[in-house]
Parts: sequence; C-alpha cells; structure tokens
Amino acid sequence: MALPPWQDGVYAALKSAGVRQIGYVPDAGHARVIEMAHADNDMHAVVCTTEEEGIALSAGAYLGGQRSALLMQSSGVGNCINMLSLPINCRMPFFTLVTMRGEWGEFNPWQVPMGTATEAVLKATGVHVRRAERADEVVEIVEASARLAFDSHIPVAVLLSQRLIGAKVWVK
Amino acid sequence: MSEGTLDRRAVAAELVRTANTAPGGPMLVVCGLGSTVYDIGAAGDRPENFYLWGAMGGAAMIGLGLALAQPTRRVLVVTGDGEALMGMGALATIAALQPTNLSVVILDNGQFGETGHQRSHTGLGTDLAAVAAGCGWRTTVKIDDMAGVMALAPRLQAESMLAVIRISPAEVPRFLPIRDGALLTRRMRDALGVAAD
Repeated sequence: MALPPWQDGVYAALKSAGVRQIGYVPDAGHARVIEMAHADNDMHAVVCTTEEEGIALSAGAYLGGQRSALLMQSSGVGNCINMLSLPINCRMPFFTLVTMRGEWGEFNPWQVPMGTATEAVLKATGVHVRRAERADEVVEIVEASARLAFDSHIPVAVLLSQRLIGAKVWVK
Repeated sequence: MSEGTLDRRAVAAELVRTANTAPGGPMLVVCGLGSTVYDIGAAGDRPENFYLWGAMGGAAMIGLGLALAQPTRRVLVVTGDGEALMGMGALATIAALQPTNLSVVILDNGQFGETGHQRSHTGLGTDLAAVAAGCGWRTTVKIDDMAGVMALAPRLQAESMLAVIRISPAEVPRFLPIRDGALLTRRMRDALGVAAD
C-alpha cells in the first residue's frame, strides 16, 4: 500500500518536538511513523497491548524527563478514559495522534459508535482536541499541537480524519 | 489455596531499605493504586516515590516509561495483585522490550483488599509469575517467607525481574502519603535533576 508522504512530516514533527518515546497500538494510518520510530536509535518504540498503557508510558517518561507520544485509532480512545486522570492530576503533558474510523466511507459498522463518540469522549475527559482534514495541514497541526501539549502541560489529541488517511478498502 | 503469611509492612520496609541502599543511587519507586501506596509511604516517604491514587492498572507502564527515560537508574514498581491484574497486558509490553533497569514486585494477598476483601483472580488460581514468564520475562520469582524477601533485596538492586511476594491478607492501619499528583511529579523530576519546563 502506498503511504501518504505527510506521514514522514508527522514523524519529523514529533522529533522536533523532542519526543523520545512513542507508544502505539497499530493502525494503517500510523504505519510509516511506527516504522520510522523503530528504525530510529534515538527513539523508544513501544507496542502496547491496549491504548491506556501508552498514557501510563507517557507519564513515566515525563517523570524521567523525556517526552512521549501515543499513536492509536479512534476505537482505542474509549480504552483510555480512566487513565487520562493521570496526566490531568499530575499536570503532565500528554500528546496523542488518533486516526479516525467510522466517519468517512466506513465499511465496518462496528467502528462507527466509537468513531462517532471519539471527540466528545476526549473533550469530556479534559483533552484538548485538534483535527486535521487535509494533507497540506497535517504537519502544521501536529507541530502546533505538540507545542501546546508539551509547553502548556496539558493533554492534547490530534484527530487525523478518515478522509485524510483513506477509508480502508475491503475486497471480497 | 492457603493464604500468605508475610506482614506487608515488613516486606515494604525491606523493599524501601533496598531502594535506599542501591549502589547506583536511590531506586525510583512507583506504587500502584491501593494498599501498596500505604505500605511504601509508611516505610518512609522519599522524593523518589511516586504514589498512584488512581489510574489503576498503570503502575508497571509508568515504571517502563521512567526506566526508558532514566537508563542509568533502577526503577522498582511495587503494586498489588488487583492493580497488576487490571494492567496484565503491560507484562507483555514490558517483556517485548526487556528493559534491564526495571523490576515489578507484586504484593499478592489474593484479594481486593480496598473494596471489602473480595477474592481476586490470584486468590482463585491465577499465577502472575507464570503469566509473566509466559509473556517472556526472563526472571520471575515467587516468595512466601521473609528469608526469601531478604534474599531478593540485593537482586532487586542489580537485576530486572518480576517478583510475586505472597503476603497476609490481614488489614493493617492505613497510612496516607501525598495525594497531589503534580507535587509528586515535580519532586520526582527535581530528585532526578530534570529541569523545569
């Protein structure tokens, strides 16, 4: 599958924000960033069994003086709710990139409920939400949102729209 | 299944003594939500302690993030069976990285002590040391007497492992250390010499 070139720019934005640990539960929309993280000797790439692990990882990284980011898809946001009390109580930065499912040409109806609720759930738990719709704005939004998270010590999520990453094509 | 007999406060006191006397400098201790927070706090508060009053299931992963960020320091996660069970996937996540400066010690009373002593999965047969071994942890130990705890101490200062210490489910008086997460965060970073940002 051809990977959109903005994913290289996303990785560069994470690097320039000083991110040294990337936790992730895979999604095709994050594939290039995950691959680059594993290939980078100055990055800890941590595959998680569930998304809230990445929030705890980020907290530990911050305690130790490193910056961390979490990559997940929208279905994983629901797994994160209680763990988000951690960065909020501790006044820690938290930064996550969320690839959206269930909103644009979705084939799988099971993705729709959590995809529909993702932004509301994040906001309800105190996360600041930004959204990227177009390839030419993704990198700038990731850069600005990373600064917001790390410089203002708040939880920030960037939603990468399904239209942007491309709806999954299923072949029977 | 027979109950553990070890006094949890005596075990915690030995773990904190171990943390304070590590050759590479004070070990960084992350305590999982529940009674282990009281136990480690009662053994003597220290800036290198991070107490979780929520975020159940997150202790081991906080330990991992801290261990990766501070590769020259030793990190010790002390948690209970209930907290470890909620974050059991973390045992696989940590094993996949094999960090050399992180240990997880589970004080296992086989119960959810905080909520009315309901039996936990470990009280119903789950063996967390075997789970960890199955996840790929190279060193796992199970301890049920004080001689075992004393023998474990120097190993925790040098090795990475998952240890399950079976403790008595008897209730002990609560000891309530600091609950302010921002303060706990600030003082840990200060203790590590991390600049404010």
